[in-house]
Amino acid sequence: MKWALPWQLHKAGILGMNCRNVDFIGRYNLRRFYPLVDDKLKTKLLAEEFGVATPQLRFVVRAQHEISHVEDRLLALEGFAIKPSRGSGGKGILVIIGRNGDKFVKASGAEISLEDIKRHLTNTLAGLYSLRGVPDVAIIEDLIEFDNTFKGYSHEGVPDIRIIVFRGYPVMAMLRLATHASDGKANLHQGAVGVGLDIATGQSLKAVQFSTPIELHPDTKKPLKDLSIPDWEAMLLLASRCYEMSNLGYIGTDIVLDRSRGAQLLELNARPGLSIQVANGRGLLPRLRHIEKIRKPHRSAEERVHYVMQTFSQHGL
Amino acid sequence: MISRAPFYTIIALLILVGLGSALTRHLQLGIPWLPGEQKQVWLIEARVDFNASGTAVLASLDLPDNPPGFTLLNEQAASPGYGFSIIENDGQRRGEWSKNTATGAQTLYYKAQFITDPDKPISRVERRPRVKEVFWDEPEATAATYVLELAQSKSSTPESLTRELIRLIQNPEPGQNTALLLSASSRVAALEKLLNQAGIPARIAIGLYLEDARRRQATTPMIEIFVDDRWLVFNPETGEQGLPENLLLWQRGGDSLLDVMGGSRSRVSFSMIEQTLPSLELAQTQFAGQGFAWLGVHTLPIEEQSMFKLLFLLPLGAMVVVFMRIIIGLKTSGTFMPILIALAFLQTSLGLGLISFVSIVAMGLVIRTYLSRLNLLLVSRIATLVILVVFLVSFLSLVGYQLGFSTGMTITFFPMIIIAWTIERMSILWEEEGPREVLTQGGGSLLVAVLAYLLMQLPISGHLTFNFPELNLVILALIMLMGQYTGYKFSELRRFRALLENQK
Repeated sequence: MKWALPWQLHKAGILGMNCRNVDFIGRYNLRRFYPLVDDKLKTKLLAEEFGVATPQLRFVVRAQHEISHVEDRLLALEGFAIKPSRGSGGKGILVIIGRNGDKFVKASGAEISLEDIKRHLTNTLAGLYSLRGVPDVAIIEDLIEFDNTFKGYSHEGVPDIRIIVFRGYPVMAMLRLATHASDGKANLHQGAVGVGLDIATGQSLKAVQFSTPIELHPDTKKPLKDLSIPDWEAMLLLASRCYEMSNLGYIGTDIVLDRSRGAQLLELNARPGLSIQVANGRGLLPRLRHIEKIRKPHRSAEERVHYVMQTFSQHGL
Repeated sequence: MISRAPFYTIIALLILVGLGSALTRHLQLGIPWLPGEQKQVWLIEARVDFNASGTAVLASLDLPDNPPGFTLLNEQAASPGYGFSIIENDGQRRGEWSKNTATGAQTLYYKAQFITDPDKPISRVERRPRVKEVFWDEPEATAATYVLELAQSKSSTPESLTRELIRLIQNPEPGQNTALLLSASSRVAALEKLLNQAGIPARIAIGLYLEDARRRQATTPMIEIFVDDRWLVFNPETGEQGLPENLLLWQRGGDSLLDVMGGSRSRVSFSMIEQTLPSLELAQTQFAGQGFAWLGVHTLPIEEQSMFKLLFLLPLGAMVVVFMRIIIGLKTSGTFMPILIALAFLQTSLGLGLISFVSIVAMGLVIRTYLSRLNLLLVSRIATLVILVVFLVSFLSLVGYQLGFSTGMTITFFPMIIIAWTIERMSILWEEEGPREVLTQGGGSLLVAVLAYLLMQLPISGHLTFNFPELNLVILALIMLMGQYTGYKFSELRRFRALLENQK
């Protein structure tokens, strides 16, 4: 079977891009709230206001002239991540895990010089990684020390959990593991492994890489089947709270699990991708339509998470 | 759920207005749907010859005035040294040539182009013309009364009376009375007189049978009678009612075909040829400044027109992009860059355009890899690329010229800034996502550009969008409709097939 037929996809409840854009993003995401999620700095400040945990912000580079004396501030940090505030799709994120003499060590193990970092900052400020090429600022924040649960599950990069939140209800989740093929990035189309998670328990359902089912992590050969996310409810709660925080009805939340600080919100996405359906082996539409039909949505994040954990399960919707 | 009714009303309205206006203009102005449609046109030349007697000359020729079955396209008079004017008097159109003094043989020309228009409605006359007074000398008067009574006894309507009179007059063995009448005047003249005497307004029309490449075509007299609110044509030879298909009524009523003062031995001769002209050209000359004509762009200066020609093609290209991205799900680099490339292809040609575009971008990518090491600020890097692209284009043009291709002129149509940005985007894409993605997006853009080009270069696309700009409203409606499409993209049928397979 080379091509699926439209009604087969429809029967499987798969959400297509056009449907996502018109029926969900267009209808539930008001344009004026976009800047809050498109700008990581704004998201971060907002998250602090709403008590949503995020990685510790160290400093912000806003102007070109600040780059020339960024050296001292960087040297004070052991490991850090440089992110363009308005970057998209993981573009322009530079993760430094340590130093080797004068050189900075990237997550991949490659070493780069201070000059390279400065050039990266210059590019970021000029808007090379931002959505429409508009001038940007660079955020320097603490490195995530990922939880031991994920030891051996990720090649370079931090495993993050993507949860789709619709009207405040977490509807689908997956764990994204960077691989050698994805160059440490967590995007599925670049070759990261997507592990579908049972929304009720945080237990892994199935794993795919390049849309093909796999049993073992391609680089570390660890079995992906028995993965279970610790403290799953707290993670769902964090995701659910992002609804009140962002005012957006249909969002993708990217969450990481820090060894000492627990679940941390990395970023929000107002146009979350559709590959999560492939990782879960099921379509989003039945769950979205179910949530859409709820007349009186639950007020608090706790109630919503509770409702979801009870209603959606591996064999239910 | 938001009600979609207003949306679909707008869509329906746009389509209706677009098609309706196009249809109106097609019917009213005769702008053809298809390019290169031809229409039959007759060029008729009336040549007036006479000998001037050395005094002031005034030659007056009756001119056709809205002849039934034909439409006058244009007319002109060519006669060196003569003043020419067209005079309308008492419902008659006459062309008048005048000169202070003239001697010897004189030749005057009048040329007119007529479009055959069989569907032209018969013009109605509001006021019933007066019956001409008839004078007969005795004994013709008695004969006329007798002939008329004979005919009237066998007829009931003006039409049947006319037919009966024609039958009597054309009888090869005319009766005594008829013969008497015909000895005094010609058959047509006698017929006109008899009809007027019977109280039916009648007049003689001079017709021309149109035959291709005919010189010195003789005129054919016809008789016209007035019934109800219109003139009816009868053939005085056969009594047949109605206008023969290829007969042009040059003169209807009036005193004489040609009057010449200050000259002698005057005569007029007609020659004609059949021409075919593009319908579009006809519509333009025929209806300039009429009705809906202002909606067309033809009133603009040529220079602006050619700009509009390109501009009106843009919606078509936009529709291709929308279709390919929403319905098919093709990835392109830059949303509307493909249209700009397609427009550039229109100026160059597809093959040369593709080769030069790909080679410029490829060379640009090579140079860009070096630029990335120089650690330039983004804006200045793009500016550097723009300038390098200009040099690349000039270089390619020179090489092309030396090799004998005349790409030189056309290659510069490529939007330089767009190319520079494309190179920049592609280069970043290459670094971040690998060459595969560059090929996917670059190939997608080129594919969409080629498709848009193929659609835009069709003669009918250019013709329709330029002559019926309102059709772009229909395209607009289609684009808006596609914006509401929530079904699966074609590419998703492939993307999600794995999911279905995995489920099994």
